[in-house]
Amino acid sequence: MINIIKAFINKVLKGLFKKKKNIKLGLYGPPNGGKTTLANRICKDWLGEDMGAVSNVAHETREVQIKEQVNIKSKGKELTFNLVDTPGIATKIDYEDFIKSGLKEKQAKQRAKEATKGVIDSIKWLDEMDTVIIVLDATKDPYTQVNITIVGNLQARKIPVLIVANKSDLKKADVKKVQSAYPQYNVIGISAKYGNNIDKFYEGLFAIAG
Amino acid sequence: MVTLQFVPYHEIEDLGSARRVKKLIDIVKQNKIVLLQGRLKKEEETDLISIAMEEFGDKFKGIELAVINPKNNDATGLKKARNNFFRFLLGNRQGLTIIGPANIVTEIKKDPNKIELYTKEAKKRKKK
Repeated sequence: MINIIKAFINKVLKGLFKKKKNIKLGLYGPPNGGKTTLANRICKDWLGEDMGAVSNVAHETREVQIKEQVNIKSKGKELTFNLVDTPGIATKIDYEDFIKSGLKEKQAKQRAKEATKGVIDSIKWLDEMDTVIIVLDATKDPYTQVNITIVGNLQARKIPVLIVANKSDLKKADVKKVQSAYPQYNVIGISAKYGNNIDKFYEGLFAIAG
Repeated sequence: MVTLQFVPYHEIEDLGSARRVKKLIDIVKQNKIVLLQGRLKKEEETDLISIAMEEFGDKFKGIELAVINPKNNDATGLKKARNNFFRFLLGNRQGLTIIGPANIVTEIKKDPNKIELYTKEAKKRKKK
């Protein structure tokens, strides 16, 4: 009987330990918001290497990418997580948009096909996440239905969320507009590209995941 | 010509999530714009996006989606309590969901007092 109780306690403790060790931190948002740029910033800051390729053409990330065991430190605290960079979520994809961005028709059609699969995978991965950072482009309208749907879904799943208003270095950026669109969340204006306000971002991350 | 199809909430009320989403996507794939009374569950909204992407092809490029959910944030006291009571009673019947095929509807703009639907034909005419 004692052995059974011991085994049960061990199992529970192992389960807790395993869960803590494998926190999945997802980067979500519409295409071209700067998810991979932020993933690269985090990886460069703490691992000294990039995570994925970035480009001005939308849907550059078309597969879920994972960087395991990212360990970050801030104000004496430490946090270890698996960073999951997801393809941008969109309701429509048109290969002609990629042609306008300079791709050849065949490449554009292939990219569109892969991008649709990427959107499906991003949505599938929602269930796996422990904490999510929503990366929005601060130069664009924050009230789009895709943004509202992503935020609403995470809320319904009770997943802790931090919203990042990225590209704050650009003149058109309006961080306050993003903050007023999602008043129930902590919204931090950053420039993932140049690292502006990144310390505040890490503090915010500790606040929801630490 | 653009066709709008109104779907009353009772038509989807008793369907499971998968069948609800399929019903709506099937209408959109006929190049019709769906005006759904009320709104889908949050998870169904993402399912709708997923299914739209699965159906992607030469003739179907996805959807434009807009959910209008009336909220009177200025209400206080008794008025607020009354609004909350009606929201509780009506549940997902409140509001309006617009789903259009992306090859016809290019953008949906929401405003507290109006909804603007931009179609490809309108854009071409504007260019002329």
